[in-house]
Amino acid sequence: MKVLDRVLWTLGLVGILFALYLVFMWVPTADVREGIAQRIFYFHVPMAWISFLAFSLTFLGSIFYLVRGGKGWDNLAYSGAEIGVLFAFLNIATGSIWARPAWGHWWVWDPRLTSMLVLWLIYIGYLLLRSYAPAHQAPRFAAVVGIAGFLDVPIVYFAIRLWRTLHPGPVIGTGGGLHPTMLTTFIFSLAAFTLFLILLARLRVALRGAEAEIEELKEAWRE
Amino acid sequence: MKKALVIIWKDVLAEARAKDLLTSFLLYALVAILIFYFALNPEIVDDAAAGVLWVAFTFAGMLGLSRSFFLERERGGIDGLMLCPVEREVVFLGKVGSGFLFMFVAELILMPVFSIFMNLPLIIPRLVLVAFLATIGFVSLGTLFAAMAANTRAQELMLPLLFLPTAVPLIIAAVESSAGVLAGAPWGEITPWLQMILAFDAIFFVLAIFAFPYVLES
Repeated sequence: MKVLDRVLWTLGLVGILFALYLVFMWVPTADVREGIAQRIFYFHVPMAWISFLAFSLTFLGSIFYLVRGGKGWDNLAYSGAEIGVLFAFLNIATGSIWARPAWGHWWVWDPRLTSMLVLWLIYIGYLLLRSYAPAHQAPRFAAVVGIAGFLDVPIVYFAIRLWRTLHPGPVIGTGGGLHPTMLTTFIFSLAAFTLFLILLARLRVALRGAEAEIEELKEAWRE
Repeated sequence: MKKALVIIWKDVLAEARAKDLLTSFLLYALVAILIFYFALNPEIVDDAAAGVLWVAFTFAGMLGLSRSFFLERERGGIDGLMLCPVEREVVFLGKVGSGFLFMFVAELILMPVFSIFMNLPLIIPRLVLVAFLATIGFVSLGTLFAAMAANTRAQELMLPLLFLPTAVPLIIAAVESSAGVLAGAPWGEITPWLQMILAFDAIFFVLAIFAFPYVLES
């Protein structure tokens, strides 16, 4: 393991543990209907953020793979999709747990919920395509979906917002009455999760590179 | 452009002889509407006419696209097209053109049939406009994904899995604008949805024509 990875490991681990401390011990529960469940917000939002970042990695990797080629770009795109699908799911799940006490429903057809679900399904399709397409075409096909899916996100969001809305508005940049301790906890959690994403993406890309290398060695050994 | 027309003409000729795509599209859509009436209360179906119409069009359209590429592969047609001295973009234009032609003609035939079941006017010009615009985006994106799905092991699974989530904005916009048309809403209420259909058409046509050559390479 490289030095940078060690540093990321340590920072990520300490960061997330400290974020847990802030979320559960330090920050006061906001005075809202759902009570303690409100604290899920400090993980729920960073998870959405992570999945968007991860899908942008897929988008970038896909574009560079199609235009320039190179296994590395494809590995980046694939890793982004995998991480993104995982965190999009966690985001939807934590949101559901929060929505039950807050709204009285596990699920409502609100723009953010619906677009996250659609986004998740698009990248599930991406991962499935990779396993169903012939090995030599899978990266190219997947890159096309990686680009189409990402371009689709704003249109999906806009379409569904025009359709109906309920989700609480954005908290950052609108000065939406977030208590300073809450803001600190939130920013810290966001930073810790971002570090975690960088680490995950690096490890996954390296792992895929190693997998490909093993396949090549196996091929060579058979001949 | 002329070369693309030749490809369209080839597909029209093949279809005129086999009568494969139109028949399957029409029958599939008809069966779909039948199931709606059995699964739901008939009054509910009549209220949700726009939604029922587009669910039928969407699934029948996907079937048609997937069938079209299956035939190309099965009889080696796509290899022939790739050997032709034309750009891949022209092949794309040809395939989108013929796909659009089949789907739009089928929709034109189906709309009066639906109207009979749902007790609507036989010809609704504004609905024809919505169908025309939405079908452009539908077929652009669908052709791109169908060309990919035709190369995978689970073609009939892959196309809906890739296509439906991506086409969500188009389907919402098509349903909402059709519902507006059927409810007799003024133009002002329908135009935002038509604009969204146009935006979708433009973005996905450009994307598909850019990505299609990569999909055909083997």
